[in-house]
Amino acid sequence: MTTEHTTKRKLKLATTSLAGCFGCHMSFLDMDERLAGLLKHIEFDRSPFTDIKHCGPCDIGLIEGGVCNAENVYVLREFRAQCRILVAVGACAINGGVPAMRNYFDLQDCLEEVYLRGTNVTHPHIPDDPELPLLLDKVYPVGEIVPIDYFLSGCPPSAEAFLQLLQPLLVGEKPQIAKSRLHYD
Amino acid sequence: MTAGNDTIRIDNQEIPFTAGQTIMDAALAAGVYIPHLCHHPGLPPSGNCRLCMVEIGNRSVAACIAAATAGQQIRNDTPELNAARKAITQMLFVEGNHICPSCEKTGNCKLQAMAYHLGMLDDHFPQFYPHRELDASHPDILLDRSRCILCDLCVRASRDVDKKNVFAIAGRGTQAHLIVNTPTGKLVDSPMAKTDLAANICPVGAILIKEKGYEVPIGQRIYDRQTIRDIGLYEQAEEKNKE
Repeated sequence: MTTEHTTKRKLKLATTSLAGCFGCHMSFLDMDERLAGLLKHIEFDRSPFTDIKHCGPCDIGLIEGGVCNAENVYVLREFRAQCRILVAVGACAINGGVPAMRNYFDLQDCLEEVYLRGTNVTHPHIPDDPELPLLLDKVYPVGEIVPIDYFLSGCPPSAEAFLQLLQPLLVGEKPQIAKSRLHYD
Repeated sequence: MTAGNDTIRIDNQEIPFTAGQTIMDAALAAGVYIPHLCHHPGLPPSGNCRLCMVEIGNRSVAACIAAATAGQQIRNDTPELNAARKAITQMLFVEGNHICPSCEKTGNCKLQAMAYHLGMLDDHFPQFYPHRELDASHPDILLDRSRCILCDLCVRASRDVDKKNVFAIAGRGTQAHLIVNTPTGKLVDSPMAKTDLAANICPVGAILIKEKGYEVPIGQRIYDRQTIRDIGLYEQAEEKNKE
């Protein structure tokens, strides 16, 4: 049954940064005063903006960053399970990005180079606190872990690109990213 | 309406050609863009990137190596062909390490510009993340095989224009890779200079001139301002002016 309440309710939006630098989130904030207009139509669920720890049922999920550790996999799967529309935001989410540059090397070699053999290492020790999520063998694009509905390219995507994605979604239309807006850098 | 004795038709546009011209040469000369990465006006064609695949009847041919023949009815700019070209571009991306934000060539890269042209939003295929040898031995030129798409433009430029024969492609299939024709295999031992065509023709960031990477800021580079279509037609016109 479609009621006035359900048609006019605010859409729920969740965001997270996995193996990313939060640059995409900063670019999201670059929407500046346009965020005020957006907030008339959406409310945040789990996001660094709210500090809610788990993603509830949402309309749109924005994923920044690739998947580099076990916790990233858990969070990404939770987002996929809870979000009707899941968007890979930025170069790292789409193809692994800069963090994936470790993929050309063996993980153990990377850890030893950084924590044991590296320049200016004073207390050689590979971090092993049980609270630290275990690293994956490689950094993966989010699309290799869960199905993704839309891809928003850029490092980071511009505020305009976020608007171009979100505005059609708010009215239930399919977003079209113009070729002239397409950027991977 | 059929094409005349000395014309071909590409997407219903009649285009003149001269004997010996390829479909690509005739098309570009007439201002009709056929997407390409391994073709460059003035160099012999190689036909290896397959982006210029066009359809003649039931056959698909690479426009850069297929001779123009009177009366050909050619399909070029169709949704099906552009979808296939996008898939090829996605494969080129996942086979190498094309991390645009960390690459000096970003904005000047033809692979990236081709992906923009074809509306590529993601890589679709699983990433290879290959580990390929980097050669920083030359004082002026960097060779990063991570980004090489095996177009062999540097091979042809070095052999046919620079007359130095510095490069070759070795291996087959997924083992194919760019080698340097020196006893050490290092670029420093080759006669290559940064003014060579081979040093400047790389469509991607595999061969880079050192200390130049960020002279032009990101956002003001070639494909930030123009499309690969515009540049493809411009390169053809520039080559014609040389003749």
